[in-house]
Amino acid sequence: MNGRTGAYVPGASPLHRLPAGAKLAGLAVVCTALVLLRSPFALGGAAVVTAGLYALSRVGVAAAWAQVRPVRWFAVALFALQWVFVGVEGAAVTTLRVVVAVALAGLVTITTRTSEMMAVLERLMAPARLVGLDPFRLSLLLSLTIRTVPVLADLAGRVRDAQRARGVERSLRAFAVPLVVGALRHADALGEALSARGLDD
Amino acid sequence: MIEFADVRVRLGERDVLRGVTASLGERRIGVVGANGSGKSTLARLINGLALPTSGTVTVLGLDTRRQAAKIRREVGFLFTDPDAQIVMPTVAEDVAFSLRRHRLPREEADRRVAEVLGRYGLAGHADHPAHHLSGGQKQLLALCSVMVLEPRVIVMDEPTTLLDLRHSRQVAELLRELPQQVVVVTHDLPLLAGFDRVLVLDEGRVVADGVPEEAIGHYRKLMA
Repeated sequence: MNGRTGAYVPGASPLHRLPAGAKLAGLAVVCTALVLLRSPFALGGAAVVTAGLYALSRVGVAAAWAQVRPVRWFAVALFALQWVFVGVEGAAVTTLRVVVAVALAGLVTITTRTSEMMAVLERLMAPARLVGLDPFRLSLLLSLTIRTVPVLADLAGRVRDAQRARGVERSLRAFAVPLVVGALRHADALGEALSARGLDD
Repeated sequence: MIEFADVRVRLGERDVLRGVTASLGERRIGVVGANGSGKSTLARLINGLALPTSGTVTVLGLDTRRQAAKIRREVGFLFTDPDAQIVMPTVAEDVAFSLRRHRLPREEADRRVAEVLGRYGLAGHADHPAHHLSGGQKQLLALCSVMVLEPRVIVMDEPTTLLDLRHSRQVAELLRELPQQVVVVTHDLPLLAGFDRVLVLDEGRVVADGVPEEAIGHYRKLMA
């Protein structure tokens, strides 16, 4: 049902039930292992395992594709450049490494509620208290970032519609100025809403 | 009880409120007025989102200038644009977010979230992304996020402005059923049917204050 990068997809799969801390630790270990793998066949195997994990998570093809879609052109360019400089095997290794890591990171975010991720990050960032930082506020930044993506996407869509209506769709300034003003207004309103919900106590 | 004592608010060069004095003890209170009349500022004063330049605002005996944090635990605030007050990506998480600072046991927090989502018809959307909801459902979600804290007073700033007729009616019905004291700032005059008291603001002053029929009649004349 969900095709947006990084958006939680509800479910009851074993991956959904796994604690957020375990998933993040697993991701760190596997990404380190990916850097150490040198064989395209080993990385191909990792890609197959990743595809298997997506199947296990039952998030659907659209949600799976949404996680790697943003890096598709980067991956193509990376493969082409690497092919020129280090050959086809090196190109396959580097490109697979990046794509598999992105796919695994995406899998963690779409099978983990933001609130669970925030709780883990708060625990991990507890030492930040020693230098006067509030771990809750730091983890809140993460959730606000995720929450703001669709809001800004909607805003950009409205600005583009307004541009078309006024016949200035090619003007970068006519797009950027209302987008920035709208984003700042949203930030103001969000700050006020957080205060109203007692978050500045 | 909400008390305004000679409240003045000056923003830059503009006097937004010019000496408002009122005691609001009724269960349903409406505030109407033209754009720029100061009604939203009046609402924001109630939970300390805005502070008076002079005069005092007390809510449940607490001074908003000195005890804003305590007041916000007792006063829920519903904004016009629900998108601006939804903080978390999914519906249930956003409601649960309100409870974070209360450090409730997980089971108790989950129970309260499920109960409030069920009460306002959003139980089936608990795990859905909040941005997938319709405008009316988002306003209901914002209300859930307020209600889960069981506030004693609820302030709503134009809660139906962005809603279609069906969702406006839904909010109006819910509003009638809320057990709390409710202060509603609105241009939606039918929303105030059955209210106990309506204040009319004009250029920062309360120019009419009474039962809805009288006060709204005065407002219509003012706008004619």
